[in-house]
Amino acid sequence: MTTTATRPAGQRPRAAIAAKTLRTDRWWLAPLLTVSLLTLWVAYATVRAFMQKWYWVDDYHYLTPFYSPCVSTGCVPESAEFGRFLPNWPIIPFAAVTLPFLLLFRLTCYYYRRAYYRSFWASPPACAVPDGHKSYSGETRFPLIFQNAHRYFFYAAILISIINTWDAIVAFHGKGGGFGFGLGNLVLLGNVVMLWAYTLSCHSCRHIVGGRLKHFSKHPVRYRAWGFVSKLNAKHMQLAWITLGTLMLTDAYVMAVSAGWISDLRFFH
Amino acid sequence: MTNIERHNYDVVVIGAGGAGLRAAIEARLAGKRTAIISKSLFGKAHTVMAEGGAAAAMGNANAGDNWMVHFRDTMRGGKFLNNFRMAELHATEAPERIWELETYGALFDRTSDGKISQRNFGGHEYPRLAHVGDRTGLELIRTLQQKIVSLQQEDFAATGNYESRLRVFAETTITELFVENGRIAGCFGYYRESGEFVLFETPSIVLATGGVGKSYKVTSNSWEYTGDGHALAMRAGATLINMEFLQFHPTGMVWPPSVKGILVTESVRGDGGVLKNSEGKRFMFDYVPDVFRKQYAETEEEADRWYTDPDNNRRPPELLPRDEVARAINSEVKAGRGTPAGGIYLDIASRRSPEFILKRLPSMHHQFKELADVDITASPMEVGPTCHYVMGGVEVDPDTAAAAVPGLFAAGEVSGGMHGSNRLGGNSLSDLLVFGKRAGEYAARHADEAVKRAKVSAAALNAAVETALAPLGRGEGGENPYTLHSELQQVMNDLVGIIRRRSELEESLGRLADLKERVKKVGVAGGRRYNPGWHLALDLRNMLAVSECTAKAALEREESRGGHTREDFPKMDPNWRRVNLVCSLRDEDVRLERKPLPKMRPELMQLFDRAELSKYLTDEELAEFDELAGKADA
Amino acid sequence: MGEKRNFRVWRGDDSSGQLQDFQVEVNEGEVVLDIIHRLQATQAPDLAVRWNCKAGKCGSCSMEINGKPRLGCMTRMSTFEPTETVTVTPLRTFPVIRDLVTDVSFNYQKARELPAFAPPAGVAPGEYRMQQVDVERSQEFRKCIECFLCQNVCHVIRDHEENKPAFAGPRFFIRAAELDMHPLDARTDRKDMAVEEQGIGYCNITKCCTEVCPEHIKITDNAIIPMKERAVDRRYDPIAWLGSKIFRRDQLDRPAGYATTAVASRPNAGTTSSPAEHAAAAGAQGDISMNWHREAAVGHAAPVGPDGKLPVTEFTGELAGAQSPFGDDVAFPMAVQDITYQHPTKPDEH
Ligand SMILES: Cc1cc2nc3c(=O)[nH]c(=O)nc-3n(C[C@H](O)[C@H](O)[C@H](O)COP(=O)(O)OP(=O)(O)OC[C@H]3O[C@@H](n4cnc5c(N)ncnc54)[C@H](O)[C@@H]3O)c2cc1C
Ligand code: SF4
Ligand code: SF4
Ligand code: FES
Ligand code: FES
Repeated sequence: MTTTATRPAGQRPRAAIAAKTLRTDRWWLAPLLTVSLLTLWVAYATVRAFMQKWYWVDDYHYLTPFYSPCVSTGCVPESAEFGRFLPNWPIIPFAAVTLPFLLLFRLTCYYYRRAYYRSFWASPPACAVPDGHKSYSGETRFPLIFQNAHRYFFYAAILISIINTWDAIVAFHGKGGGFGFGLGNLVLLGNVVMLWAYTLSCHSCRHIVGGRLKHFSKHPVRYRAWGFVSKLNAKHMQLAWITLGTLMLTDAYVMAVSAGWISDLRFFH
Repeated sequence: MTNIERHNYDVVVIGAGGAGLRAAIEARLAGKRTAIISKSLFGKAHTVMAEGGAAAAMGNANAGDNWMVHFRDTMRGGKFLNNFRMAELHATEAPERIWELETYGALFDRTSDGKISQRNFGGHEYPRLAHVGDRTGLELIRTLQQKIVSLQQEDFAATGNYESRLRVFAETTITELFVENGRIAGCFGYYRESGEFVLFETPSIVLATGGVGKSYKVTSNSWEYTGDGHALAMRAGATLINMEFLQFHPTGMVWPPSVKGILVTESVRGDGGVLKNSEGKRFMFDYVPDVFRKQYAETEEEADRWYTDPDNNRRPPELLPRDEVARAINSEVKAGRGTPAGGIYLDIASRRSPEFILKRLPSMHHQFKELADVDITASPMEVGPTCHYVMGGVEVDPDTAAAAVPGLFAAGEVSGGMHGSNRLGGNSLSDLLVFGKRAGEYAARHADEAVKRAKVSAAALNAAVETALAPLGRGEGGENPYTLHSELQQVMNDLVGIIRRRSELEESLGRLADLKERVKKVGVAGGRRYNPGWHLALDLRNMLAVSECTAKAALEREESRGGHTREDFPKMDPNWRRVNLVCSLRDEDVRLERKPLPKMRPELMQLFDRAELSKYLTDEELAEFDELAGKADA
Repeated sequence: MGEKRNFRVWRGDDSSGQLQDFQVEVNEGEVVLDIIHRLQATQAPDLAVRWNCKAGKCGSCSMEINGKPRLGCMTRMSTFEPTETVTVTPLRTFPVIRDLVTDVSFNYQKARELPAFAPPAGVAPGEYRMQQVDVERSQEFRKCIECFLCQNVCHVIRDHEENKPAFAGPRFFIRAAELDMHPLDARTDRKDMAVEEQGIGYCNITKCCTEVCPEHIKITDNAIIPMKERAVDRRYDPIAWLGSKIFRRDQLDRPAGYATTAVASRPNAGTTSSPAEHAAAAGAQGDISMNWHREAAVGHAAPVGPDGKLPVTEFTGELAGAQSPFGDDVAFPMAVQDITYQHPTKPDEH
């Protein structure tokens, strides 16, 4: 006869189910797609970043985002809006000042984290599918604890988006000077709009803009801004993929025009 | 015997719904060691299902509201059969109880000046229901659950043990109360999980076990509602009143079959939904009883204007009290104007924009979409009457919630009297809080007074063990509990349902007597560990006892009032208003007695119009009232 | 009448179990829970399943259907192909009791470890004033029906039992966020607690919790990530961090009472160590067959009275009977897997 409360606490076993997962749908499809697409993109971006040519269309002042800002002494002088100071070595991309930040911005992005943890790390590959790792400490320790620095890369990304916007503006350049407008401008512009949408839809942005407040009612303007960012934020995943696409497309377009494979469709000058 | 786990508590609360948790909080705050016992997991009691809100005259939405108006509405809703004192306490204390919840962390919807927003509900004169979207019950129970946790945290800080003063026994069913020397000595039950038995020795027990709906086939109630508290109280020697009054919610889903009985909240009607028969007619205008003629609109135009301008228009008849609506639907269906599935249409889709519906009724929309793949913003719902709430219950003292047996208290749906013959929507949640608190307070006080605590006798304990093990002993050779259960439900549904007749009620008594014999032979296979068949077998006994009370009382009361409708006596009879039917148990047999209703205090009486009273009171009572009024004038 | 469909239901208890095949009738408009009930009524009267409301409101009927954590009462049969075999198993993350019923007490324990709402000082009941826009965020989280599907699916504990002591789980991250965003909650240390006590850092925002939540609460986007960001404000903001190192603000900031109620008085700090310590331990001990990270019962602190003294007799004590030197919660004999002891003569038998 026990008088005090508890039944033995100890650890009790879980249900003995042999199958690792009983999911019958194609849960492996999403991680597979993510791996393929991300690998493809990274491969393309790496090749392009180290190619050091076909990044600038002199006639119309188109600069691909992969080379913006072009700050290497190897840059075409007209393309270097922000000075040229990096040594011109093949292993240093011309935009080496910003590319690491962009990379880290996306690497620490809450959405991309989810995407690559699931697909590359299989941690977990899909919901209710075992992650197969022996031990797991998440983002509590070095190096993953640095994911918490996302906010600072967000600030950097804002600066870079401004630079990209500037690039898109100076690209309204006609052959031989003056105003010009062609299909390339639309491509650059579309890319910049999408980049802004992606950057502003960032979770850190949502927090900084208003999410951190306790009383929305005392900050009506920030509340509205938060509402706007929240709407964008709901589409963060889509925007993450769209911007990968637009970046690649923009770069490919500039490359093609620059290399002379195609010629830009001009609407004016 | 040797293996029975024993516990000693000052107060044991049976039931972890709104009433039980509120009682436990109060007992713990009074410094008593308290146990909470629940058949389901902590925080899953039936209260989570309440949708509409909790009625309290806070006057946030309309400053004209106060406790007297609320009191009047409650009495009117209960057709003056309520225990007036309970209705009075309820109306005066409900606002405090709601405000208290905010200090526990509840987040009700707000008005623009930051107060608790209040919504309309059938039978209430002003918008009065504090609510959170349409999940108010969840908010209530979660808040109380979290308050309990916070008290446990305080105890942990003080004693190093979370459970030193307040402990929750989840998934534990009580099957017996022990009375020694005429006083409560303890209770006995089993852990559902392991099938092990457990004995609680305590001087004070608060019953808060909810209702009885599982005896009916179409019901909004879950498996918990087997009338355990009602039966336990009777077996312990306490009495039940008003058992003939069952509320059938007018709008439960009737299609698709898997969700039969699940409720469509009244706010669908409050927000503009209307009832139509298969001919497309908005039929409620034909069913406004004389008593309500003055308050309800007579034309569709006036009714529609009310939603935007309630001050200058009368309310749509869809918002009549539940029994009126249920009866109207029943008549339409019987007249052959129902849907193929035996209900009628509740239509909000054609009257409000999808955005409006989504905003106002998010979880209704969600529920229909997920459960039935019906989009309520696009098509009407098929609804019909569902057994929903039992007004009857343990007869208690209004102020202390004490039952007839010293040491036994009851609060919430299991107690009777507060709602009279019919409960107004939203009055239950506030009832839980008001009387839960009182029950906890007086149970704690009783524990103080019980200096010498009665011991549970070994013989009583042995008998309890034996009863509990009997179905397992008979094994599969006995009667199948699932079959018995569905037969019982069929009897109650067909013969003691929403509209009753003498012949059917008499037949039901015979059938119930048969079932009672068969339940004594119920047997189940399997062991004691989480064996649902065994659990049901033990619950059957309670369901039968309670059903018998209902049937007997329904046969006895020869009038129609609130939740009791006799086809052979369709009118309300003022003489019957003065009578409560009281059930008790003597050796397994249900006995019925008549008992006069307590007399309302004059100053409360004078809150009403003479014209209104004349519909409910006998001439004799009216003469008394006139005399009073005369005195007041003079 | 409906047609027959194939069902596989896991039946068993904590010692063993297997999937059992059933042929059962299915009618139009039914949900998985209806089928389980039909099995109970016709073929397996003692099939254990937890349920209550059958309306997706109470969160009792959590189970795994075709490998996915779902509510049985909210999974319509029409979502499956007529020929498909439907497999129903209990939640995997929690110890099984019998058949489809699991022991979810882990969650109730975690609930207790999170300090409750702290009412603002000097505001009387009835005087609470809050704006709808301020309560809306918290209201989303209060929709939670505590089905614990999110807790069950979260790989941090689903795949790593050893993380259980250090990780509170998504259900309690939304609770922390709810309170941190509550317009009148008086505590200011909830962000730190999310990191230190709840182990929010273990979450790698892979969003499975959001995917399974039957209430469609945006757990990750609206609670976990904002809480992580709020913690960044306090902990990883370099300027604030520097300041705290210099002025020891991390200690000054804590409201009085926090250290004593939540940490110091926790008697057996070893079993509920901070996530960081714990993770280090888990890492060092890759082989967990010894189960070093078991959830041992936390012993009681001595129940001293207000005068700081132990009660002399059991009549005045909180617990009846003499105090156990091992803590009153420990029952003997202890289960083998609970003993932190390896037999010296049998080194390779585990
Ligand atoms: C669908 C629905 C909607 C509703 N909507 C509203 C509304 O909008 N407004 C309103 O005011 N009211 C509403 N109600 C009514 C209201 O919810 C109930 O009357 C109220 O919740 C009853 O609460 P309670 O505390 O008495 O019992 P419950 O919350 O039902 O709790 C009963 C408790 O007792 C336990 N128990 C029972 N038997 C035993 C036993 N033998 N041993 C141990 N424990 C036992 C159970 O496990 C449970 O914990 C609604 C009811 C339903 C079904
Ligand atoms: S998002 Fe985080 S908490 Fe949610 S399931 Fe994934 S790891 Fe667990
Ligand atoms: S957050 Fe969602 S999934 Fe998690 S317990 Fe609550 S309702 Fe269930
Ligand atoms: S960019 Fe994806 S979250 Fe910040
Ligand atoms: S039974 Fe309540 S959620 Fe399924």
